[in-house]
Amino acid sequence: MRTRLILTTALCGLGLAAQAQNQEVNVVSWGGAYEKSQVQAYNMPFAEKTGIKVNMMAADNPATPLKAQVEAGNVTGDVFDIEVSDAIRLCDEGALVEIDPATLPPAPDGTPAEQDFIPGALRECAVANIFWGTPIAFDTTKFSGEKPSTAADFFDTAKFPGKRGLPKNPKRTLYLALIADGVAPDQIYEALGTPEGVDRAFAKLDTIKKDVVWWEAGAQPVQLLADGEVVMTTGYNGRFFDAMVGEGKPFEIIWDGQYMDMDMFAIPKGSPNPEAALEYLKFATSTEQLANQAKYIAYGPSRKSSAALVGLYEDGKTEMGPHMPTNEEHMKTAVMDDPEFWADHGAELTERFNSWLAAN
Amino acid sequence: MAKALDPHAAIVTEAAGPDEGGTLRTADGRPLKQALVRSSRRARRRAFLLVLPLLLFILITFVVPIGQMLQRSVKNDGFSANMPSLSAWFHENPRGTEPDDAAWAALAEDLQAAAKARTIGVVGTRINYDMPGTRSLFTSAGRKARSGVEPPYKEAILEMDQKWGDPKLWSVMREASSPYTSNFYLAAVDRTRDEQGDIVSAPAQQQIYVKLFMRTFWLSLVITFMTFLLGFPIAHLLATLPMRRSNLLMILVLLPFWTSLLVRTTAWMVLLQQQGVVNDVLVWLGVIGNNQRLQMIFNQTGTIIAMTHILLPFMILPLYSVMRTINPSYVRAARSLGATSWTAFRRIYFPQTLPGLGAGALLVFILAVGYYITPALVGGSSGQLISNMIAMHMTQTLNWSMAAALAALLLAGVLVLYWVYDRLVGIDNLKLG
Amino acid sequence: MALPTYASPLEKIWHYAYLVICAAIFFFLIAPIVVVIPLSFNAEPYFTFTDKMLSFDPDGYSLRWYDSLLTFGMARPDAPRDLSWWADAWHNAKWVNAAKSSIIIGVFSTLIATVLGTLAALGLSRPEMPWRRAIMAILISPMIVPIIITATGMFFFYSNPCEPLSWLGLNPECGRLAGTYLGVILAHATLGIPFVIITVTATLIGFDQSLNRAAASLGANPRTTFFRITMPLILPGVISGALFAFVTSFDEVVAVLFIAGPDQQTIPRQMWNGIREQISPAILAVATLLVIFSIALLTTVELLRRRSERLRGLTPR
Repeated sequence: MRTRLILTTALCGLGLAAQAQNQEVNVVSWGGAYEKSQVQAYNMPFAEKTGIKVNMMAADNPATPLKAQVEAGNVTGDVFDIEVSDAIRLCDEGALVEIDPATLPPAPDGTPAEQDFIPGALRECAVANIFWGTPIAFDTTKFSGEKPSTAADFFDTAKFPGKRGLPKNPKRTLYLALIADGVAPDQIYEALGTPEGVDRAFAKLDTIKKDVVWWEAGAQPVQLLADGEVVMTTGYNGRFFDAMVGEGKPFEIIWDGQYMDMDMFAIPKGSPNPEAALEYLKFATSTEQLANQAKYIAYGPSRKSSAALVGLYEDGKTEMGPHMPTNEEHMKTAVMDDPEFWADHGAELTERFNSWLAAN
Repeated sequence: MAKALDPHAAIVTEAAGPDEGGTLRTADGRPLKQALVRSSRRARRRAFLLVLPLLLFILITFVVPIGQMLQRSVKNDGFSANMPSLSAWFHENPRGTEPDDAAWAALAEDLQAAAKARTIGVVGTRINYDMPGTRSLFTSAGRKARSGVEPPYKEAILEMDQKWGDPKLWSVMREASSPYTSNFYLAAVDRTRDEQGDIVSAPAQQQIYVKLFMRTFWLSLVITFMTFLLGFPIAHLLATLPMRRSNLLMILVLLPFWTSLLVRTTAWMVLLQQQGVVNDVLVWLGVIGNNQRLQMIFNQTGTIIAMTHILLPFMILPLYSVMRTINPSYVRAARSLGATSWTAFRRIYFPQTLPGLGAGALLVFILAVGYYITPALVGGSSGQLISNMIAMHMTQTLNWSMAAALAALLLAGVLVLYWVYDRLVGIDNLKLG
Repeated sequence: MALPTYASPLEKIWHYAYLVICAAIFFFLIAPIVVVIPLSFNAEPYFTFTDKMLSFDPDGYSLRWYDSLLTFGMARPDAPRDLSWWADAWHNAKWVNAAKSSIIIGVFSTLIATVLGTLAALGLSRPEMPWRRAIMAILISPMIVPIIITATGMFFFYSNPCEPLSWLGLNPECGRLAGTYLGVILAHATLGIPFVIITVTATLIGFDQSLNRAAASLGANPRTTFFRITMPLILPGVISGALFAFVTSFDEVVAVLFIAGPDQQTIPRQMWNGIREQISPAILAVATLLVIFSIALLTTVELLRRRSERLRGLTPR
C-alpha cells in the first residue's frame, strides 16, 4: 500500500509539473467555417494585441465537454462558445463564472455595453457574440422542375424525392415537423409543451424517418449536401453561405421556418487560465471584432453598434445583409429559441427522441 | 522439461546422503525436504517479484479506475448531498408517510439553499433521471425560492406548481434521498419504479436498452459468422500451401491487421458512400441505375461490412495455426476408404479445426460486442451498438450513472465470455500473427 | 495445394471455384486499404475516381492534399517556401503537431509497456510462477475489456487520481493526470501491455531454460546471464511486442478523446475530427502515409519473427 501511495503521489506530482504553461487561452468552439471566422476575426488580432496564444478546439456542441469537464473536476478549456439554453442551464448548475456586464467594453460612441447589446444577449454567466439560424438548404441541380420552397416541402418526399439531412437532436427537428404540419411559428412551444403536440411532431417525423441521414457536427450537413448523400438538409446558415458564396456550390436556402439562436461565450469555473479567458471574452465581444466576424461568415452580430459596421464579405463584392438570418424577410416565419422551454424539457425530449431513433 | 535439469537437482546431488534418522540432508546438514521447500518458495517469490511491478501498474491504471467507474452505477448523491433537510426527513419517516408540515418546510429550506448555491440544476437533473419532465420543476421553483418562501410552505410551494403534490414525485425523491440506488440498473433493462416503489416496465416509448443489447448481441453473432464464412477458406488455403507461398499470402492477412483502424474505417466510408467507389462501379457496370444507388453506409449494413473486415484477421490467425497441425493423411485415408471429398471434409477435416474455430469465434465475438469506433462512424442510427450508447451518456446526456450501469452489464457479459475463452482455449494460446 | 490425381471432374471444378473464392476474399481484405492510395492523389475534392483519373490524365492527379497536410493550421501558408516557412510548418501545422504528439506518446508508452511487460513475461514463463493463470488473465484484460469501458474508467480516475485513496480514509490533494502527456502515456502503456506479454511469452515458450543454468554453472551471475544469454534470444520477441505496443498507441483514439487535453492532439484524434467533420481527401493522404508506415512495421515484425524462430531452432520445414 505504501509503495502505491508513493507511486500515486509521484505520478500526480509529474502531472502537475506538466501543467505549468505559458500565457495561453483554450477556446472550445464548433469547428469548420465558423471556427475559421473566429480565428480570423478574434484569435489572430487578439494574439497580436496581447501576445496570448489562442488554442482553438472543435466540439459537436461545446456545452457537453464543458459540463463534463466541470463535473469531473477536470477543466481544460477556458472559453466555451455555447447556445443560450445551455448557458442558462449551466449557470443554474453552478458550472459557469458570473460575468459583470459593467466590465465589458462600451460601444465606440460611449454607449455602455448593457445598452449596446441586443436584449437577451447578456446573461448572468455568458455574453452573446452572434445570432444564427438553421434554415433548409437544397442542391439546385437535383431538382429540374419545381424547386422546394417551404418547410412542408422538406417533408414531402413524394414531390421532392431524395434523402434529407436533419440534426440528431430534438431541438431542431421537432419544431420543423410541427411547422411542416401547419403549426404557426409562434405556437410551436405551446404545442411542444403538450403530449399531443410531441406525438404530432414525432408522427410527422415518422413519415420521412427512413429517408433521413442524421448529422451531428456543424460541418456535416454541408458535406452531405456537397457529396450528394442528401438532396436537402437543415444546417447552419453561415456554413451554407460559406459553401455557396465562398466555394460556389449550387445550393439554395429556404428561410421558411428557420430556427434562430444565439451563440454565447462563457467561462467555466476552475478554468486553467481564467484571466486570459476574461480578456479574450471582452476582446471578442467588442464592437469592432463582432462586426469583423460578419466579414467572414453570415451571422448577425449581437451588438447594435456592430450592425452598422457590417458591410461586404471578404471577397469584397457580396453584400452580407441579405444573407443574414436577422434579415427582416427571413425573420417572418422564424422560430426563435426559447431557452426556458429547453432548460425545462430538453432532457425529457432528448430521451424520447433517442428512443424513437433506436426503434426501427 | 527433464527432471535432471530441475533447479532443485543441484541440491540433491550435493546432498550428504541419508543420516541416522533416515532423512535426506543437504551438504550443509539441513533436512532435504525443508531445503527443497525453501528453495522452491524462493523461486516462486522471485518469479512473482518479476511480475509484481506490472501487476501493480495494471491494478492502478486499469482495475481501480474501472472499479471506481462502476461505483457510479449505484451511487449518485446529486439529490441527497444538495437537499440535506428533506433527505433527513425521508430517513426519519418510513415509506407511506404523507408529507407533513416538517417535510414541506424542509423542502422550502433546501430549495432556497440549493438555489443560492446554484446546485438546484443538479438536484433537478437527478430527479429527472427517474421521473422525466421534472427538471424544470426544480429550476423554476429554485428561481422563485431565491427571493424567499413564506409559510405556510405547503400552500406556497403548491402555488408555484401543482406538480409538487404528485405522490410519484415524492416517491422518487424518497428513492433519491439515499446516495445509493439500484434504479440505474433497472433503467438499463428498461424497468422503472412506480409510486409504491415496485418494479414495473418503462413506458413503451422510452424502452431502448434491452433492444440495444439484443441488437449488439445479434450483430456480433452475424459478424462472427461472416468472419467464419470468409476466414475459413482463407485459413485452409494458407495452411495447405507450401510454407514459402503461404507466408507471402499471409502478408495480405496481416497488412489489414497492422493498418490503423481509423484508416480502414475511412476506407470503407469512401467505398460505400452513395457517391463512393462501389456504387460508381455498380452504376458503371449497369447493375443499378444512377438514381438507384445503394445505401450501404450509415446503417447496419455499413457496420457489418466494416467490422467483418476489421475482425477477419482475428478469425484467420487461430484457424490457421490449428489447420497447420492437421495431418493431411487422415483425409487421404478417408478418401481411400471410399469417402467422397465432401464427406471426408465434413467428417474428418472439419472436426479437427474446431479448436481453432472456437478460439477465433470467441475472440471475434468478444471484440465485436464492445466495438465503438466503427459503428460510431459508419453505423448511422440503426447500426449503433451498446458501446455507442455508453459513449452518448458519457459525453452528451452526461448521465454518468446510467453510462456506468450499462458499462457494468456489458463488462459482466464480456468477462463471462473471457472466462469461457480461458477455459476452452487458454489465454496463453492467444496469438498475434 | 495440389489437386490429387484421383480428383473427379466435379472436384476439379470445385477446386478452381474455391481458388476464385479465396482470391475474392483476399481482394476484400486488401482492396479497401489499397483504394485509398490512388484516391489521395485526386486533384478534385471527391472520394471517387474522376474521369480524368481513370484515363490517367496527369491533370487528374495532384499532391495538393499532401501539401495541405503541411499548410493546414500554418500562420502564413502562402509565404515563399524558405526556412521560415518550414519553421512555421514545424510549429503551427496541425498535422505536424499531431505527428509530434503521437510520437512522444507512442515512444514513452511503448517504453513503459515493454520494460514492465518483458519483466512480467519472464516471471510468467517460469514454471514455479504462482497463480499464473489468474494473473495472466488480469494482465491481458486491457485488450479484452471494451475500450469504451476502459476509457470511461480512466476519464474519472485521471481527473482525480487520488479519489480511490478516499476509500481508505485518506484524503490527499493531488493534481490531475487528464489533459497531461503523462496521463495519455500511462493510459496507452496500459493498453499496449497485453501485446507485449503475448509476444514475449510466445517467444519464451521455445526458450530452453537449461541455457540459463548452463551459464550459471559456468560462473555467470544472474545479471550477466540475463544480458548475455536470455536477452539476445528473446530480443526479437521483445521488439515485436514493442512494435505492437507502439502501433496500439499510435492508432488509439477513444482513450485520447476521453482523457487528453488540447495539447495532446494526436494523429488519430485529428483524423477522428476530420472524419466526423469533413472527410476531405487530406484524410486519405494521412491514411496513405499510415498504410506505408504499417507496411514498414509489418515487414520488420515478419523479419524479426523469422530470425527468432531460427535462433530458437524452430525453423519450419
